[in-house]
Amino acid sequence: MEIVLAIAIMALGAVVLGAALGFASIKFKVEGDPLIEKIEAILPQTQCGQCGYPGCKPYAEAIANGDEINKCPPGGTEGVQRLADLLGREVKPLNAEEKPKQIAIIDEQTCIGCTLCIQACPVDAIVGAAKQMHTIVAPLCTGCELCLPPCPVECIRMEPIAENIDNWKWKYPVVEIKAAALKEAA
Amino acid sequence: MLMNLFKFKGGVKPPTNKTQSVTLPIAVAPIPSRLVVPLHQSIGGTPRPVVQAGDQVLKGQLIGEADGWISAAIHAPTSGTVVEVAMHVQPHPSGLDAMCVVIAPDGRDEWIAHQPFDYANAAPEAVREYLQQSGVVGLGGAVFPTHGKLTPSKTVPMEELVINGAECEPFITCDDLLMRERAEEVVRGIGIFRDLLQPKKVLIGIEDNKPEAAAAMRAAVDALGEPFSVIQVPTLYPAGGAKQLIRVLTGKEVPAAKRSTDLGVQCFNVATAYTAWRAISHGEPVVSRLVTVTGNVHAPRNYEVLIGTPMDELLQLATPHPDTDGIIMGGPMMGFLVPDRQVPVIKATNCLIAHDDRLFPPKPPEMPCIRCGSCAQACPHELQPFEMYWFSRAKNFGKTQEYHIFDCIECGCCSFVCPSRIPLVQYFRFAKSEIWAREREKNAADGAKTRFEFKQVREEREKAEKAEKLAKAAAAQAAKKAAEAAAAAAAGEPVAEGAAAVEPVAPEATPVPVAVDPEKAAKMATIQAAMERAKAQREAAQPKNTEALKATQQKEIDEIEARRQAAHLTEATPAAPAGEKTE
Repeated sequence: MEIVLAIAIMALGAVVLGAALGFASIKFKVEGDPLIEKIEAILPQTQCGQCGYPGCKPYAEAIANGDEINKCPPGGTEGVQRLADLLGREVKPLNAEEKPKQIAIIDEQTCIGCTLCIQACPVDAIVGAAKQMHTIVAPLCTGCELCLPPCPVECIRMEPIAENIDNWKWKYPVVEIKAAALKEAA
Repeated sequence: MLMNLFKFKGGVKPPTNKTQSVTLPIAVAPIPSRLVVPLHQSIGGTPRPVVQAGDQVLKGQLIGEADGWISAAIHAPTSGTVVEVAMHVQPHPSGLDAMCVVIAPDGRDEWIAHQPFDYANAAPEAVREYLQQSGVVGLGGAVFPTHGKLTPSKTVPMEELVINGAECEPFITCDDLLMRERAEEVVRGIGIFRDLLQPKKVLIGIEDNKPEAAAAMRAAVDALGEPFSVIQVPTLYPAGGAKQLIRVLTGKEVPAAKRSTDLGVQCFNVATAYTAWRAISHGEPVVSRLVTVTGNVHAPRNYEVLIGTPMDELLQLATPHPDTDGIIMGGPMMGFLVPDRQVPVIKATNCLIAHDDRLFPPKPPEMPCIRCGSCAQACPHELQPFEMYWFSRAKNFGKTQEYHIFDCIECGCCSFVCPSRIPLVQYFRFAKSEIWAREREKNAADGAKTRFEFKQVREEREKAEKAEKLAKAAAAQAAKKAAEAAAAAAAGEPVAEGAAAVEPVAPEATPVPVAVDPEKAAKMATIQAAMERAKAQREAAQPKNTEALKATQQKEIDEIEARRQAAHLTEATPAAPAGEKTE
């Protein structure tokens, strides 16, 4: 008799907990893969395709599925580091040269107004119309270089973003012992 | 007047070094050889230049127009010629350039026509705008546009207006001298702020190492019959910090991420009140300010200096000792060595200190942190600098924010007391600017992402729209053909007279494709129509509309031809038509 009661109690417990878990799995279902979103948040969103994928999101998906984390030159070494921290993988050197941040500039004298760069720009940072001069909206340009190849007159060039008082950063304090030693050596 | 004062935690007592520069009255600095007036001298938008090289300007003439609400206008400090509007090195720790208007003074110092502002009849909104147009900004060092602080909060009633005459930083005495010599104008300026903000109390806080200034202010307050309280606060650095002075005078502690206005308190510097009064009562925009010139000089003194005066020229007035090797702008606690001696005096410049190794011996090298906690005891904001230092050093910026690095006012108390001589504030500045840079990058990345996604959606939509359009066009074409064919079928025989004949017949024919299976009928009709067209083409190998003309038609044609020829002749371009005619 007691054994039956014990089994009944355990069975009841199993049913209740099972129901609770089943309810939770439906109620608190996570939409999409949160890992992909986290990876995408680290990627610089230049949408440049230098990783070989058409945009940052596809690359984030590829990383989540096991692709290398060092294929994003605009993200730089720091980006690789942060991806490694997130995914618990080993830091690898970047598979391309790290460039300073840059923006595209259209030589407006040469521009013939073909609209090819407007179509190529992934972030709509170029304004213009057919047979009208085009120009880059500098604050929106991500420096992805995708507008360079389609230009038939090669009037687009990349320029590194110059330091000014608004984007200037305080430097990491120098430990003075080293500075003194260097001075002496010099 | 007895009043219960409060205390803020921490603080330090560095040697004040103020007595050197208060012995002499304020002197007016002579007009320098040239003035370099930076356009961006306040928090907020960069004013747009409204003059260009070669322009003649008068003293007080607008040269930079405020850009947006949080921005203040810039004026020519003296009369002369604009030499250039160009990039020049700034009095900023970066040593970078920014846009400046360079003026060659003509020496006449001729004012532009200006009159007092009609204050009595002006709406508060007009007063605020006038102060913005006059370039009045906080002269305590933060240079926040004053009009932006003069709008009373709609939700929180204004309790106290705190006027900051504490001037806690060593060496600086410009506010002291201003209150001693121009107390009446300061008090009148405070009256304007009082009128705009309608506080219950006005408290003027002055450190107790400036008894003359406090006495002068009391006398002025009494003389003008204002109900302001002049309160002497204990001398303790940084009692002149806005939050610290508010704490001392009102007992209110401004919480992190809140502003003093949320507690019904607003704070202004005495020099700001003075410039506001000058603007209102004399119509004079901010073109000069008081600057303490002290440190390693023979004759430390306060000067009334035109904005844009090169610092080196100003320093020469006080005859610096030959071993001077730099200029500190601001005080020794929060100031910085200017990158170039020629940088101009700006609205934020309250003090120049001639730097030499005797006054400011080079700091011995940094030692490891021993976690003694002195910095935490000295911090006036009750932060934990040793923790923030640790995480800033390790570039763990998330942690520094957990320790409220953005509440740090960079007063330098922690670095001052650190037994290991760690430049703590430099680490905090580094961490703050890194965090800001990341924030900017994050925002840019988010913006890029949204735009990229929007572009993709738009391209999809455009594709769909195009496909739809094509489908519609195809359908329309088919329907048209069907109608044509049906018309042809209804007419029985092809219409030899031409296309015109089709039109009247078509309406009769329309029921036909509707009656039978439309698709099939359309197809059949299309084929039929094609055949009819081919037949018609064969028959109509030569034009038919010029044959069998009536007399009237022939006449009309002749007339038209004649007009054409006339037109060709009058235009005198008869090349081709003339050739035709001769044939």
